[in-house]
Amino acid sequence: MERNTRRNFMKKLGASMGVAGVLGSSGLFSSCAKVETNTSGKITLLTSDGELVEVEKALLKPADIPSLPENQKRGRLGLSGRSWVMVIDLSKCRNARECMKACQNHHQLRPEQHHINVLQMQDAEHTAPYYMPKPCQQCDNPPCTKVCPVNATFKRDDGIVLIDNERCIGCRFCIAACPYSARVFNWFEPRDAEKYEGVTYNIEANVPQKKGTISKCLFSADRLRDSKLPSCVSACPNGVYWFGDRNEDAVTNGTTKETVSFSELIEKNAAYTLMEELGTKPRVYYLPPKDRAFPFQGQNNTHHS
Amino acid sequence: MDKIESAAESRKLLNKITFDLTRSIVKKDELTRFWFFILIMFAGVGLWGWTIQFSTGLGVTGMRDYVSWGMYIANFVFFVAVSLIGFLISSALHLLKINWAKPVSRVAEQVAIAAVALAGVIIIMDMGRPDRFLNIFLHGRFASPIIWDVTVITTYLVISLLLFYIPLIPDLALMRDRMGKELPKWQIKLYTVLALGWKGKAEQYKIIYHTLRILMLLIIPVGLSIHTVTSWLFAATLRPGWDTSILGPYFVAGAFVAGTAAVIVVMYIYRLRYNLKDYFQDLHFNYMGKLLVFVCLVYLYFNINEYLVPGYKMKLADGIHLTELFKGNHSGMFWIVQLTGLLLPIVLLLFPYFRKPLPIAIISLIVMISAWFKRYLIVIPTLEHPFLPVQNVPVNFQNYSPTSTEIMITIFSFVAAFLIISVLAKLFPVIAIWEYAEDQGIDKKYLTENLKN
Repeated sequence: MERNTRRNFMKKLGASMGVAGVLGSSGLFSSCAKVETNTSGKITLLTSDGELVEVEKALLKPADIPSLPENQKRGRLGLSGRSWVMVIDLSKCRNARECMKACQNHHQLRPEQHHINVLQMQDAEHTAPYYMPKPCQQCDNPPCTKVCPVNATFKRDDGIVLIDNERCIGCRFCIAACPYSARVFNWFEPRDAEKYEGVTYNIEANVPQKKGTISKCLFSADRLRDSKLPSCVSACPNGVYWFGDRNEDAVTNGTTKETVSFSELIEKNAAYTLMEELGTKPRVYYLPPKDRAFPFQGQNNTHHS
Repeated sequence: MDKIESAAESRKLLNKITFDLTRSIVKKDELTRFWFFILIMFAGVGLWGWTIQFSTGLGVTGMRDYVSWGMYIANFVFFVAVSLIGFLISSALHLLKINWAKPVSRVAEQVAIAAVALAGVIIIMDMGRPDRFLNIFLHGRFASPIIWDVTVITTYLVISLLLFYIPLIPDLALMRDRMGKELPKWQIKLYTVLALGWKGKAEQYKIIYHTLRILMLLIIPVGLSIHTVTSWLFAATLRPGWDTSILGPYFVAGAFVAGTAAVIVVMYIYRLRYNLKDYFQDLHFNYMGKLLVFVCLVYLYFNINEYLVPGYKMKLADGIHLTELFKGNHSGMFWIVQLTGLLLPIVLLLFPYFRKPLPIAIISLIVMISAWFKRYLIVIPTLEHPFLPVQNVPVNFQNYSPTSTEIMITIFSFVAAFLIISVLAKLFPVIAIWEYAEDQGIDKKYLTENLKN
């Protein structure tokens, strides 16, 4: 009975997502829930931002939710012609952790599970400490996909490293192989498992999470498909993140929505990649934490090894 | 050994050998029953622990996102290590025509079979989704060292089973035809089926010798591979402490230490329990002791390389790892293991007194326990110190300590291995009767004359 209601809820959610598609609005209707239907042929929907909106009933159509095999197939192919990159400006990060929250909500993660983790760093004894958001580096030479015995984790043409938790056997070799500690494991039933019961698995968000399998940052590949920025990038209040397509040589700031040339941004600001000496070829670029906008307020309990 | 000419003497000696070596099979007493009862009970408890782990998730263990491999993997490496002894004793020493090792080879194969079979079980118990085990075959990616490991371990298990079974055939026929009165019907039936209609003809012996030779040659690359590939599960990563090219031979050398010790312990138990003083003689323990010193010296050499070279340079990440071992959280365990697992056997076993059965059995037991903890030290400290800081996670993510469920399941693996060895010892002679008789100078025709043709 209870489960049925949830199913219905998800169906409605799907239907309303269709509306969003029709209206072509920029994320306002991204996930609305139906509130009431009135007699005049209009329907009232609740958006994820908490606003009530009225929509013509005639405009409603079922959402385009692909079947699991279809989802797995297109999830493996990626978005053709794209080459996603992220630039993280360390001088702007003040440890607000909005990125971490948004990410955990989006990907159904427990509080201790991080697809993105804001670390307190200090490179050497006398150097200045700083905050460093650390998502998966989406390496072009990924040590994790190499070791997977069942091809459950793989690299797509658009540069994203994904995981198919319908196939993962939970051997955790990829965790051992990743030098960036970017991967997490579902040691128990995932957060809110009952809410997600019966929901079709979306490989591009890795939701619903599954007990006994791996999860990791995937640049919110489901949002990219909808032409939206990744959750963490959109959630940042401090303009830390730039995200975009290397093929277009354009990256957009998640906070200011400003779009600039990727190559110019990384060149002018002396961008670097994390532990490049390991040869993993990350797709996440860091701008050094010079002239920081905010003082470092954490403790220097960095544990760098 | 000289040939015994007199037929009566030959028959008498053969009867004695057969009687002595089948005593373990015929003997039925309270102690045996009690032993099996204990083993089955503990195995049951372990399996129950596994069902808890399966329904709750791997979170019932002490493992978390940073130390994501724990006691199970350390235990897996230990079992693979012990299994390697089958290759050393029943192949390498045989091919080198080292005769004293012959009576030990069936013990070595028993240990190898039990250890490698359990290694496979342990790895399944470590999986987050054991129900998806078949994915390894459905979606196997040959680029993953895990697939290589699965391949070589299964191959090694098959060859070890054959190396155990083929030299057993003449003995099976002997028991089939001689022991009808002493053993239950099903057991005789089992021997009849397994003996494959053995008649003791010269051509049949020829087939056995020929097959064994091929298997002994085949197991050399496979044996070296199982432990080398197992080491690559670690060496193929970028982590300090694992990221070293020496890991393959280092693991192989360590495996010989653990395996030799295991065989000595089992030999001692058989000698005592089945009254086989004349078969597992002081001489065998003496030689096995010398072998243990030799493999320990090789392992010492690799240990020096493994710790001295990075310790000399103290690169940042390596330095943290080594400091942790030498004087950090794991230093107590580290120094005890190096002392009792390596230096102690080398020094003590140089004295003939300690190569006598009881002292060497005790030393071997200590070496085995140390070898287990050595695997623990290879797996866990490295994972506790990744390149990037461990932050924004609960305290139990930073330091690993195994839980009771985890320990229960680990004990299961030992109990199950003992169970396999015990069943093998209960069903089949622990030394090849025909081979032993032949070495005592008894002509093959006396073996054959007892067979029903």
